[in-house]
Amino acid sequence: MTETLTDHPDVEDLGNAGLSMKSGLRRLFGSWRTAGILIPFLILFVVLSIASSPFLHTTNLINILDQQAAVLCIAAAGTLVLVAGGIDLSVGSTYALAGVVAGEVGQHHSVVWAILAGLLVGLVVGLLNGVIVTVFRISPLITTLAMSYIIYGLALKVTNGNLVLTGSIPGFQTFTNSTFLTVPSAVWMAIGVVIVLAVVLSRTTYGRYVVAAGGNAEAARLAGVRVNAIKIITFVISGGAAALGGIIDAGRLGSILSTSGGPSLSFLVLAGIVVGGTSIAGGEGSGWRTALGVLFIALIGNGFNLLGVDPNWQQIVLGLILLVAVGLDMWARRAKA
Amino acid sequence: MSEENLDGAPHRAAGTTGDDLVVTGVSKRFGGVPALQNVSVTIEAGKVHAFIGENGAGKSTLGKIIAGVLAPDEGALTLGGRALHMTSPRDGLTHGIVTIAQELAIVPGLTVADNVFLGAEIATGGFVRRRELRRRFRELAHRTGFELRPETPAAYLSTADKQKVEIMRALSRRASIVVMDEPSAALSSHESKALHDIIRSLAASGTAVILISHFLSEVLSLSDTITTLRDGHLISTVDARGATQESLIVGMLGRSLSATFPEKQFPHDDAPVVLEVANLCAPKVDNCTFSLRRGEILGIAGLVGAGRSELARAIFRDAKVSAGSVRLGGDNLSGHNPHRSIHRGLVMIPESRKELGLMMGRSVRENVSLSRLDLVSRLSWVSRLRERRAVASLMERTTVKAASMSLPATMLSGGNQQKLLFARSMMKTPAVLIADEPTRGVDVGSKRAIYDLLVEMAREGMGIIVISSELEEVLGLAHRVLVMRHGRISAELAGQDISEEAVLEAAFTENSAS
Repeated sequence: MTETLTDHPDVEDLGNAGLSMKSGLRRLFGSWRTAGILIPFLILFVVLSIASSPFLHTTNLINILDQQAAVLCIAAAGTLVLVAGGIDLSVGSTYALAGVVAGEVGQHHSVVWAILAGLLVGLVVGLLNGVIVTVFRISPLITTLAMSYIIYGLALKVTNGNLVLTGSIPGFQTFTNSTFLTVPSAVWMAIGVVIVLAVVLSRTTYGRYVVAAGGNAEAARLAGVRVNAIKIITFVISGGAAALGGIIDAGRLGSILSTSGGPSLSFLVLAGIVVGGTSIAGGEGSGWRTALGVLFIALIGNGFNLLGVDPNWQQIVLGLILLVAVGLDMWARRAKA
Repeated sequence: MSEENLDGAPHRAAGTTGDDLVVTGVSKRFGGVPALQNVSVTIEAGKVHAFIGENGAGKSTLGKIIAGVLAPDEGALTLGGRALHMTSPRDGLTHGIVTIAQELAIVPGLTVADNVFLGAEIATGGFVRRRELRRRFRELAHRTGFELRPETPAAYLSTADKQKVEIMRALSRRASIVVMDEPSAALSSHESKALHDIIRSLAASGTAVILISHFLSEVLSLSDTITTLRDGHLISTVDARGATQESLIVGMLGRSLSATFPEKQFPHDDAPVVLEVANLCAPKVDNCTFSLRRGEILGIAGLVGAGRSELARAIFRDAKVSAGSVRLGGDNLSGHNPHRSIHRGLVMIPESRKELGLMMGRSVRENVSLSRLDLVSRLSWVSRLRERRAVASLMERTTVKAASMSLPATMLSGGNQQKLLFARSMMKTPAVLIADEPTRGVDVGSKRAIYDLLVEMAREGMGIIVISSELEEVLGLAHRVLVMRHGRISAELAGQDISEEAVLEAAFTENSAS
């Protein structure tokens, strides 16, 4: 070791609890977050390809994507909410309300109005969520849980509990089911939403602010980030995406109920995000990984069906995977701290 | 742990040399990097033994090994001649060795008294004996002179008060060796004084106190023995009576600092006013009026809780301002909006870098560019290249030492973390910088670098407000000093009037002459 301190940049950090070891770990963990979902995803994909001959069929794969289109949109947006330190449990109900509103409006007006009305519903719900969470400082968990009941009630009111048919609305099915390069438009929309939101999170100033708001809200505010506005926007995006999801499925399936989606959809979305390695504690996450997480869960379901395994196992396996995902996240955080 | 167990913990008779803690040839490596190499010291009972050195010199590591938090790779510890094998802080506790760490271990949801007796509750059959607990607490409070209400939830305590809780906890465990890592870093000067009295009384009652500190004056006035470490090596262990600040600095740095503070460069007499604060009222801020000129360093002194940070936040428009105005270069700052303040050219480096300053888990790059991302992006698209360039040049300017700008902030030393905040604030040269406790928990070398930076920024024409609990820092840097007391500016000192006595008088006494 040399004589003076200032001449040698490395000296100061020397005893600092093993900097080189920790930075090495960090580098591994940084990529582990991605590897943690990518490797299991690829393994499962290969295993299913070998174990089940229909799996690798284009029809099957496109089918999976088509079924997951709504979840992918909602989860990509939910990633922003989670990274900003929030959570949105109202997406399942927003999905249903937007779907039934679009369906009802479509009975009397053109499909364009129907879709816009549905989307507007989602954006308004998101705005309300965001304002309640930030301005009234009610925890996002409670706010969106309460909101999910209110929205569900509204959806019931709108439909009187009846099935809303969208198949009869001219153009509605074209919106979701027309194909381009053999892939239905619903899937294209999902791909578009995932790409846009993932890029927004990773490459734009807004994305940086979302990460900062979730990582240390107070520090972000003092650094000049308008934390409340940033958080409100994440909820608006989430509400809008939930509405788009509801509209996509209403079109894809030809009908929608006020009981569609609901808590099980909200939880599925959350599971996809968390399995993708986005931290439930905020300040870290990626839209790409969320998409992989959602598809990973979908592959498990698809595999169980194709292999004829008792579908009840699917839930148990999903639960275990969630625990592992959250456990890895905690581990990564601790290793970093 | 029950009362019986507590009493059953090994006690030592005070002052018997046989109970000295002897550290022999201890080495510790972290991932191949040596943090301590072949260090031997003897901690004598009833003495205050200081470990000093730069951040990263290995003094905290040595303290942690003595407390059982870390196990040494080589070497041995003996207490009273018997070998110690400790693998956890709990092992340390059973030998009567207690740590008061830099990061405070307080449960926010519990009351002060519950925190003090945490893990050693006085209970019968699982039920806490509240009355006995209260009595013990009062006893401790009396002994330490701390004025803490036992039923206050710990979440409401200031850092200084939390530290008091930790000290009371250590005392309640009847520690025979207390390791204090930077105990006064977060305390105001009169609180430090109280802490010093406690350290002295601990030593007088036969407890060995290991004091790890950056404050050389504190070390010199309190310690009996001083061990200097540099780069993991033991440089010297000397009797404190023969040591001076200069000799200690030479030992720590391997060279002497020419002076602790850079030379003051006063602003021109006709330098324009850049910040005007008039009759500002906000929570804990009462009718404050002052102005700041271009190139001026204005120091704000006062006790912790006097409203210094609150004043800073009110100026920065981060607090609800009830009356008064803040004018920045003729521009009226209004509303409740730090974002606007920053974009008008008023930046603040907040007092606690971990809680209020940095995103600890995010990279150096993201932390530095956060405030002015707009400067390296177009149509909200962040240009990684421009960002890297900007951050690299700022890191060089503020002498941040980091292996890479993608390292998370938590991997950097305290001094470098603090420099990150300076780098952030300089991304676009501001008109006014408010630095709240700019050198808290920072080593001597980085302190000097930060002082140089502040003086340089002022020379370039910024108006700078420095808030500090370290009086010598305010005196050494400021061209003019405001002293706060109970939210008011109780004195304004300039030129020859700036002295330690004048500041203390204004900080402590009502209606002092200004």
